[in-house]
Amino acid sequence: MTYTIDGSSGAWEVVIGLEVHAQVISRAKLFSGAATAFGAGPNTQVSFVDAAFPGMLPVINRECVAQAVRTGLGLAAHINLVSRFDRKNYFYADLPAGYQISQYEHPIVGAGRIAIELADGSTKEIGVTRLHLEQDAGKSLHDQHPTKSYIDLNRAGVALMEIVSEPDLRSPEEAGAYLRKLRTILRYLGTCDGNMEEGSMRADVNVSVRKPGEAFRTRCEVKNVNSVRFVMQAIEAEAKRQVAVWEDGGSVGQETRLYDPARGETRSMRSKEDAHDYRYFPDPDLLPLVLEEAWVTELGRHLPELPDAKRARFMREYGLPAYDSAVLVAEQATADFYETVAKGRDARLAANWVIGDLFAALNRTGRGIEDSPVSAASLGGLLDLMADGTINGRIAKDVFEAMVETGADAATIVAQRGLRQVTDTGAIDAAVAQVLAAQADKLAEYRAGKDKLFGFFVGQVMKAMAGKGNPALVNEALKKALG
Amino acid sequence: MLDLSIAAARAALRAREFSAAELTQAHLAAIAALNPRLNAYITVTPEHAQAQAKAADAALARGEHGALTGIPIAIKDLFCTAGVRTTAASRILDPFVPPYESTVSANLRRDGAVMLGKANLDEFAMGSSNMTSAYGPVANPWSRRGDNRPLVPGGSSGGSAAAVAARIAMGATGTDTGGSIRQPASFCGVAGIKPTYGRCSRWGIVAFASSLDQAGPFARTVEDCAILLGSMAGHDAKDSTSADVPVPDFAAACARGVAGLRIGVPQEYRSDGMAPEIEALWQQGIAWLRDAGAEIVDVSLPHTKYALATYYIVAPAEASSNLARYDGVRFGLRTDGEDLVALYENTRAAGFGAEVRRRIMIGTYVLSAGYYDAYYLRAQKLRALILRDFTEAFRTCDALLTPTAPSAAFGQGEKMDDPVTMYLNDVFTVPANLAGIPGLSVPAGLDGQGLPLGLQILGRPFDEETVFAVGATLERAAGFDARPAVCAGA
Amino acid sequence: MSLDPATVRRIARLARIRVTEEEVPRLQAELNGILGWIEQLNAVDVEGVAPLTGGAQMALKMREDAVTDGGIREAILANAPDRAGDYFAVPKVVE
Repeated sequence: MTYTIDGSSGAWEVVIGLEVHAQVISRAKLFSGAATAFGAGPNTQVSFVDAAFPGMLPVINRECVAQAVRTGLGLAAHINLVSRFDRKNYFYADLPAGYQISQYEHPIVGAGRIAIELADGSTKEIGVTRLHLEQDAGKSLHDQHPTKSYIDLNRAGVALMEIVSEPDLRSPEEAGAYLRKLRTILRYLGTCDGNMEEGSMRADVNVSVRKPGEAFRTRCEVKNVNSVRFVMQAIEAEAKRQVAVWEDGGSVGQETRLYDPARGETRSMRSKEDAHDYRYFPDPDLLPLVLEEAWVTELGRHLPELPDAKRARFMREYGLPAYDSAVLVAEQATADFYETVAKGRDARLAANWVIGDLFAALNRTGRGIEDSPVSAASLGGLLDLMADGTINGRIAKDVFEAMVETGADAATIVAQRGLRQVTDTGAIDAAVAQVLAAQADKLAEYRAGKDKLFGFFVGQVMKAMAGKGNPALVNEALKKALG
Repeated sequence: MLDLSIAAARAALRAREFSAAELTQAHLAAIAALNPRLNAYITVTPEHAQAQAKAADAALARGEHGALTGIPIAIKDLFCTAGVRTTAASRILDPFVPPYESTVSANLRRDGAVMLGKANLDEFAMGSSNMTSAYGPVANPWSRRGDNRPLVPGGSSGGSAAAVAARIAMGATGTDTGGSIRQPASFCGVAGIKPTYGRCSRWGIVAFASSLDQAGPFARTVEDCAILLGSMAGHDAKDSTSADVPVPDFAAACARGVAGLRIGVPQEYRSDGMAPEIEALWQQGIAWLRDAGAEIVDVSLPHTKYALATYYIVAPAEASSNLARYDGVRFGLRTDGEDLVALYENTRAAGFGAEVRRRIMIGTYVLSAGYYDAYYLRAQKLRALILRDFTEAFRTCDALLTPTAPSAAFGQGEKMDDPVTMYLNDVFTVPANLAGIPGLSVPAGLDGQGLPLGLQILGRPFDEETVFAVGATLERAAGFDARPAVCAGA
Repeated sequence: MSLDPATVRRIARLARIRVTEEEVPRLQAELNGILGWIEQLNAVDVEGVAPLTGGAQMALKMREDAVTDGGIREAILANAPDRAGDYFAVPKVVE
C-alpha cells in the first residue's frame, strides 16, 4: 500500500532521501590525537589541531579509514581505492578552522544498498549513494549566559561517516526502517554505536512531494534530527507543509529547515541561508588517500556475519519464522544470546522464551540484553529442566520469574522451592480422586456429555498438586478415571 | 666576528677562539644599533638568546657540538616559537603567544642554534617588498650609489634577508611560497634556498598557501645555507605532506663542482623586457658554469609564462581558506560586534591589512560557486602543465639557471600603484613553487647602481645536492664580496 | 568576467570581511585588475589535462589510532580573547 498525503487536489507521493552522520568508533580523532570519549569536561579533549591554531596540520587516523571501509563493505558498496579530502568552507563558532575537512568529489565509498523490512512483511532495497569521512564540529551552548554562546571543542574533529541514501524512500515507515536497519548494521560492524541520544548518529532528511508519476520536485533539507521517531514525524510534517504550499499555488524553495518536536513542525533556518557557497576545494594539507587492495580484502575477511545473512541462517538452521528471526538479529547481542540458548536445544522453544519471557523481563527491569538478569546459560538450564521432565512448562514460568528476581539458576530454584514435577502415578491418582469427589455436580455434567469440562478437571488437579503434576500423566489419569 | 660565515664561526667556537655568549652578545649589540634603521626584527629575544648561548658554551665545554651549536640566527616571524609572541606581521595575531615550537625552529634549536629574535616579513608572507608588514617596512641594508633613499629588501622574508646581509644574524629562516626566500636573497645580496616541497616540515609555520609554502634558510654563503638546511630538513609525521626521504649531506655537495653536469637555460625566461644588466649577469653565469666544466643546453618551459597568473589563483584560494581561522574567537585580535557575524567581519577588517584582504577576496571569488572551474580548476591544470615542462626539461639537463628576479631592489613606495605590478616581481621564482622543485638564489654581482643581483638555480625534486653544487660553483666564480651600506662588523 | 559592486559585497560577506561602501569602488577596480590579468590563462588549451592538486606527489601516510594529544585545556584557552570558565565565549548565536 502506497503512503500518500491527501491534499485538496488529490494524493501526493512523498520522496525521501536520508543523509546520516554516524560517529566513527575510534580512540582518537580523525586528524588529531585527541580522545573521542563522550562526556569529558569541556575543552579537555582538544588538541591545537582541533582548535585550528596557526601552523597546525592534520594527519589521518588509520582506524577511522578502516572503519569507513568496513562500513562500506557491510553496505555491499564499492570501495574507492583512491579518494581525496576537500575543505568545506564556512564560518561558524564551533568550526575552528573556518572549514570542515570532508570528502566532496571523491568519497572513500561509492554505491551500496540496504534491504529494509516493512510491517507488512515485504522487503525493499534502498540505494546508498555514497559514504564519506569528515570531521565533526564542536558544540555551542546557548543556555549558559544571557548574551553569549559558549564553545566546547571536544567533539571538533571527531570522525564522522556521512552515509547518503538515494531518494528511494517513500514513507515515514520506510525511513524509520532504513534508519533502524542502518543502525543495526553499524552496530554489528562495530563502526558506530548508533546512539542517537548522545548524538553519535544524526540524520538530515531530504523531503519533497509530487503527484504520482511526476518527476521530482524541489526538496527541502531538515537538518540534525536525532531520533527515529522524530525523523518519521519530521517527514510527515514537512511533506504536509509542502503539499499545502503547492496547493496554495505557491512553490517550495530549496532550503534548510529544522524540526521542532514540541510543535510538530519544521521551520526555516535562516542562519544557513548565505552559507550555501561552501567553496569546496582539495585540502592542500592532505594527499590523496590511496588504499591497498590487499588491506581492504583483509578488512573484509574479518567482518562479522551481518544481520541479513544471520537472519537467513536463523530461518534455515533453526527453522524460525521470518519475523522471529528479524527480531532476534536486530541486535548482535540478542542474536548471540539466542544462539547460546538454542545450541543443542529446541531452537523454536528457545526463540519463544527469548522473544517472549526474556524481553518482557528486560522491559520490566529496564535492563539490556548485555546486563540481562538471566544469563543465556541460565535460560538454557531452565530449558534443559523442561526437556528432561524435571519441571513442566507452567512451573517453568514461575522458575523464570524467580531467576529474574534472585539471579539464581533454575536447578537451584527448583530444588530450594520443591518445584520438581510429580510423576508418581499414585499421587496423581489420589489428586484425581479427590477432585472428582469434590466436584460431583461437574462430574455429572461431564457424564451427561459436556466434554469441554475435561480441561476444567485438568486445571483442578494441577491446582490440587500446586502446579507440579506432570501434565501428560495428569491427562492420562483423568481419562482413565472419567472412563 | 660578525663577518664570519657559519662554517667559520662554528670552527672558531669549537676551537674556543671565542664563546657562544660573546658571539651572541656581539650580534645583540649590533641589532640594538642597526635594527632601529632596518626594522629587520619584529621581536628581539635577548634573554632567550643569552640563555641558549650559555647552554651552547656548556655543551661546547663538554665537547658536544651539534651542527649549529652557538650560531646566532633569526627566525622569520611566521614560525611559531614556544613562549615567544608570533605575529606573522599581522595585527590579527596581536596578541598571540604559541604554546608550541615549529618543527623547523625546533630542529635548529636541537642542533644548538641560538635564536636572536623574530624577523619581519610581509603580512602573512603576502608580498614582495615587506611593505605590507603591520610592524612597518624593512629597509634594505643596501642603497643605490649616491642615493640614500630606503629600498625594499624584497619579500616576504625581507627581515630575514636584511638581517643576514647587515650581519645582525649569521643565518635566518624564511619561507617561500612564490619566491619569498629567493627574491629577498637576490635584493639583499645573500644566498637563500627554497628546498623541494616536503623537504622541511610545515608544522608550526603559519600557513599562507599550503601546497606552495616551503621553509628554507638564508645565509651569506651557499655552504652556510647547506648547513642550515641540513638541520631544518627531515621527515615529520605531524605534516602529511612532509617527505619521508633521507637528508643528505648538503654541505658536502657544495664542493662537488659542476664538471659533467648539464645546465639548462630556459628560453622562455628571456623576455623582451628583461633589463640588460640582468641579461648580462645571466650570460656571465652561463659562462662561469661552462668554464667550470658544465655543458650548457637550451631547454623549453613553454607554460612558464602562465605560472604567475596560475599562482595568483592557487595561492589566494588556499590562503582564503587557511586564514579563515583568524576569527577573533580562540586567539589574536577581536573587534566586537553586535552578533557573531559582525564580530567576524569587524575583527577581520581591522586585523588584516589591505593586501591580505585583497588576496582573501580573490581566493574566495575563484573558489565560489560558478567560478571554480573557470579559475581554480583551470589553474590546477596549468599547474600540471608547468610541472610537466620541468619534468621534460630535466630529461635533458641536471639543473636550470635563470635570473632570480627581474630587477634589483626598488624603492620603498615604488610599484605600489597596482597589485599586479608588484606581483610581477615573482615571475622567475613562482614556477618552482608550482612544480615543488628546489630553487637557490646566489648573489652574483652588482648592477650599475651598486645593488646586488642574484642568479637562480633550479633542480630536480629532492636533488638539492646538485643545486648546491651549481650554486657553490657560481659563488666561487662570482667572488661576491661587496658589503651593504648598513652593515655591522668590520 | 568582471565584478560588479554587488559581487564585491557578496564576496566580502562570504569572506567575513567588513567592507564599507566607500571601499567598494577601489576594491572593485583592484580585483578586476587582478582578474583581468588572470584572464590570460584562457588562452591555454587545457582539454584533457589532469589537474594537479598539491605540491607533493605521494600518497597519504596514516597514523595509528592512539590518544596522544588533548588534556591541555589551559593552553587551548590561554590565548582566548573572551574566555568563560572552561569555554570560549562568543556573542549569542540564535538558531
